[in-house]
Amino acid sequence: MALTKKTNSQLFFDGILTENPIFRLALSMCPAVGISTNVMNGILLGIAVLFVQVFSSCTISAIKNFIHPRIRIPTYTLTIATWVTVIDLVLAAYVPEAYKAMGIFVKLIVAFAIITMRLEMFAAKNPIIPSFWDAVGMGLGFLFGMVVLGFIRELLGSGTLLGYDVLGSRPLLFFVLPAAGFFTVGFMMAIFNTMEQYFKRMKEKK
Amino acid sequence: MKPIRSSLIAWLGLVVVLLAGCGPEHRFIKGNSFKGDNQITITFAGPVEASWAKNPANYKAYEKPDPDITLPISSIDLSPDRTTVTLTFQLPLNKAQAHIVWVKDIMAEGASQGTAVMTVTKVYFGYLLSILLGAMIIKNFVFTKYLGLCVFFGTSQKKTTAVGMGITFTLVMVASAMMSWFMYQFVLKPMRLDFLQIVVFIGLVSLSVQAVDTILRKVNPALFKAFGVYLVLVIANCIIIAVPLLLANNEYNAAESFMLAVGAGVGFLVALFLMSSVRERLEVADVPPAYRGLPIAFITAGLFALAFMGFSGMSIF
Repeated sequence: MALTKKTNSQLFFDGILTENPIFRLALSMCPAVGISTNVMNGILLGIAVLFVQVFSSCTISAIKNFIHPRIRIPTYTLTIATWVTVIDLVLAAYVPEAYKAMGIFVKLIVAFAIITMRLEMFAAKNPIIPSFWDAVGMGLGFLFGMVVLGFIRELLGSGTLLGYDVLGSRPLLFFVLPAAGFFTVGFMMAIFNTMEQYFKRMKEKK
Repeated sequence: MKPIRSSLIAWLGLVVVLLAGCGPEHRFIKGNSFKGDNQITITFAGPVEASWAKNPANYKAYEKPDPDITLPISSIDLSPDRTTVTLTFQLPLNKAQAHIVWVKDIMAEGASQGTAVMTVTKVYFGYLLSILLGAMIIKNFVFTKYLGLCVFFGTSQKKTTAVGMGITFTLVMVASAMMSWFMYQFVLKPMRLDFLQIVVFIGLVSLSVQAVDTILRKVNPALFKAFGVYLVLVIANCIIIAVPLLLANNEYNAAESFMLAVGAGVGFLVALFLMSSVRERLEVADVPPAYRGLPIAFITAGLFALAFMGFSGMSIF
C-alpha cells in the first residue's frame, strides 16, 4: 500500500490546479464539451460531481480491505452508481428546471472517468481523511474547469453571465454552437500548456 | 465456425418470421397502411357492401397508448372494386405512434364477417433503418452528442487501435443494451423500480465486460491478446450507459433497441476511424508547441463536429 506523503492542503490544491481533471488530466471531457454553454450548468453539474466524488471516495476508502482485487472495478462502478442515483433524485426534486437543462448528463456521471480513476489511484490505497481531501480537490477542480468554460462560452457567445446581460451584444455567436465546446477546451488546454512552459523556464532561470 | 453460422441464420430467419407475422389479425383484412398526412387505407380480401363501408359509426381509431381518445373521421372513400377503404381523419396523424383501428361487423358477401381489430404501423424496415443511420451518422454520439470523449481521444492515435476499440465496443454495446432493455421492460418497469435504472444498467455493463473478458481469455486467447486491453476502457465510455437510458426513455421495442445499439457502436467506430486517420498525419505536421498532443486533437474534433452539423435535421424516411 503506497500511502501518500502529501499533506491534506497539498492534495486539495493539486486537484484544483496542477492536476486539474479537465485541463491537465483530460478526463471527463463529455460534460466539459457538451453542456458548458453557460455558467449555471457548470456550477450545478460541478456540485453534483463534487458530491458523488466525495461520497464514493469515502465509501471505497472505508471498505477497501473487504474488496477482492479481481472484482474491484465492478465494485467501484456500483458504488458510484448508488451515489449518482441519490444525487439524481435529489436534483430532480429540488431544482427541476436546471435538471431538465442538464438532461442525461447527471445520470452519466456514473461513467465519468475521473471518479473511477480517483478511486483506483487514490481512495483504494489511502485512509479516509486524505481520500476525502483528494476527492474535494478533484471535485472543486472539475467545478472550476466547468465554470471557466461556461464563463468563456456564455460571455462570448450570448453576452450574458448567469443569465444577466453583461455586454449588451453578442460578440461571437459561434461559441453558442455545440461544436464550439471542442474549440474552447482545446484553447484552454493550450493556455495551460503555455503557462506550464513559462513557469518551467522561470524556475530554470533561478 | 460452420455450426455457429447456420444457427445464426436460423435465428435471423425466426426474427424475420416474427416481424412478418405482425400483420393484420383478421382473416377478411389483407392489409393496412398510412397514406398521406391524415389517411389510413384498409384493404379487404373481397368486395364489401357500400352502405356498410360508408358508415363512419363502423370505424373507431385511436393511438395505441391512448385508447380513450378516439380520432374523429371526416370522410370515407370506397374504391370502385369495393375492396379498399380510405379513412380520412380531421387532424394529421402522428405516424411515429402505432394506431389501433376497430372495424365493426364487416358486411360482405351478404353476411357479417365479424369485427376486426388491427394495428397500423409505419413501414417497419424503413423505420428501423432510419434509427440505425440516425444513431450512426446524423446523430453521431461522438460528434453531435459529445459522449464517450475520454475513450475517443485516448484511443484515436493509431488506426489499428481505433478499429480494435471500435469493434470491441460495438460487441459489448449490443450485448449490454439488449440485456438492459430486457431488464427494464420486464423487471424494472412492471415492478416500478425505475429509479434503480442507473445501478442496474451499469451493473449489467460491467457484468458483460467481465463475462466477455473471461470467455475470450479461455476460448480464443489470440483474439483476447488483440482486443483484451480495450475491454476495461469500455466501462469508462459514457455511450455505453447513455444508450440504455435512451432506450428506457423512448420506450423502444426489441428490434428498435437492437438497431440503436448497433448504430451507436458503429457510429463510434466511424468517428474513431476518421479521427485516427487525421491524427496519424498530425504526428508529422508542424504544430505550435503549446498545441501539441491533446489541444490540437480537440480542435480537429471541433472541425469534425462542425462538419457533422451539416447532417442535422436530415431525415431518411
